[in-house]
Amino acid sequence: MFSPTLIILTRYQEQLDILELKRTRTRPVSEMAVVHPQGGGAAVIDMENMDDTSGSSFEDVGELHQRMREEQEVAEEAAAADADGADDFLGVKGLKGQLGRQVADEVWQAGKRQASRAFNLYANIDILRPYFDVEPAQVRCRLLESMIPVRMITFPQKVAGELYGPLMLVFTLVAILLHGMKTSGTVIVEGTLMGTAIGTCFGYWLGVSCFVFFLAYLVNAQITLLQMLSLLGYGLFGHCVVLLVTYNIHFHFLFYGLWLLLGGLSTLRMVAVLLSRTVGQTPRLLLCGSLALLHMSFLLYLHFSYHRILEGQNRVGGQDWSVDHL
Amino acid sequence: MASAEEASRPFAGLSDVSISEEIPVEGDIAVPVGPSTRDDEFSTLDEPVKETIVRDLRAVGNKFIHVLYPKRSSALLRDWDLWGPLLLCVTLALLLQGGAADSDDQGGPQFAEVFVIIWFGSIVITLNSKLLGGTISFFQSLCVLGYCILPLTVALIVCRIVLLSGSGNVSFAVRLAVVTASFGWSTFASTAFLADSHLTNRKALVVYPVFLFYFVIGWMILTFSPGN
Repeated sequence: MFSPTLIILTRYQEQLDILELKRTRTRPVSEMAVVHPQGGGAAVIDMENMDDTSGSSFEDVGELHQRMREEQEVAEEAAAADADGADDFLGVKGLKGQLGRQVADEVWQAGKRQASRAFNLYANIDILRPYFDVEPAQVRCRLLESMIPVRMITFPQKVAGELYGPLMLVFTLVAILLHGMKTSGTVIVEGTLMGTAIGTCFGYWLGVSCFVFFLAYLVNAQITLLQMLSLLGYGLFGHCVVLLVTYNIHFHFLFYGLWLLLGGLSTLRMVAVLLSRTVGQTPRLLLCGSLALLHMSFLLYLHFSYHRILEGQNRVGGQDWSVDHL
Repeated sequence: MASAEEASRPFAGLSDVSISEEIPVEGDIAVPVGPSTRDDEFSTLDEPVKETIVRDLRAVGNKFIHVLYPKRSSALLRDWDLWGPLLLCVTLALLLQGGAADSDDQGGPQFAEVFVIIWFGSIVITLNSKLLGGTISFFQSLCVLGYCILPLTVALIVCRIVLLSGSGNVSFAVRLAVVTASFGWSTFASTAFLADSHLTNRKALVVYPVFLFYFVIGWMILTFSPGN
């Protein structure tokens, strides 16, 4: 692959020397003319000679280049070639034309290869494939189990590391929020309904998972980020059920009852898993307390911020009469 | 190589210098061309624009018919294209925008919002389908999901016509029925194409996000009210 480059270099070297000898007949012959390998067709270049930066010979070579440039190329290409680092490396500063183009081509190919390798590594969705390897029966089981707190906290409980269930639950929560927002006539001043719903749900799932994982890292709990995402995602199942019911049946006490019952059950389940994986009273209190607080208050927030109970809806000539009641 | 021969021109004064025969300096820079008969068959560059447009429209129309009468055929998958989904998406977004534009505090879907939801939702469903082990490609799946929005677009047009006659309880009931029917139709049509590529026991996992996606679009259509 490099043979054309080397051929060009050998020929260039020879021409340099011939011109050098012609020009410097009255001056001592420079080192380059003495030491360089004679004859064409040599596939090996003695690079030490090319890199000779001692005062006199480099200036001579520079003058030579200047003359060659004026003969061959236009002035603006010469100015651009001076800035080319690849040419500097080889010691033949400022040579535009075939050599420069080939080197640029090589750099481009190498860069493209690296970029495609990085793309295949990071944008490969097969990285996520193991987390989606589930059966419907498994998802159903995990949904039901997310409402059942396990009593055994002396032994680390198993947490499924899958992302299909949590992701679908977050999307379901988005759909339920939209349904609730629209039926209650929520007014969003800045932004849009869809954007708000998606941002809230995904922000909660990802943000609180990362935060609790960070706390778990601080207190040395045995849980990974994937497990935390999965745990919190399945914990949203209780939220989905509560909101689905209370967005359609508007009773305050029903909501508070369901909040305590279903919200409490799913929170207890997550707390039990975390307790089984944490050692020490204070770390347990810190971790489980913050998770319980965030999870329960998120349900409260979802109910009261995105929903106003409409009472006394009368339609008179197409107009809605409604009383906002919190 | 030919590049070496080009490089030798600046060194014209060295014509007496010869290269040893071992170094390969010859080669072929001809670009490899496929068999010419295949080229002639598929070269559509020289035909008039009207023919191209008519052919594409006919392909899109053919796929619309396949969506309206979903039977197990591979027409949608084999010759996928994204013109139909784009057309439907733009129509849907334009029709949905007309109502809420007048009232600033309505918070209804804007054009960009609908566009982004449809395409982002389709991409998420496609990725999910591929991660669950689907055999159809990315763009085929996008094509199927986009074309199956057709019943919902028809429902939106019907809803707008119904809304012209008033927005009472009766019209709401009619709209609800129409949107529900078209939502079911869309989901059924897309599963007829998508679910074949999966194992039988994972069909439910693939169908559920599709159900959610069309539910959200149906919700946007149902709750659309023209600004007064």
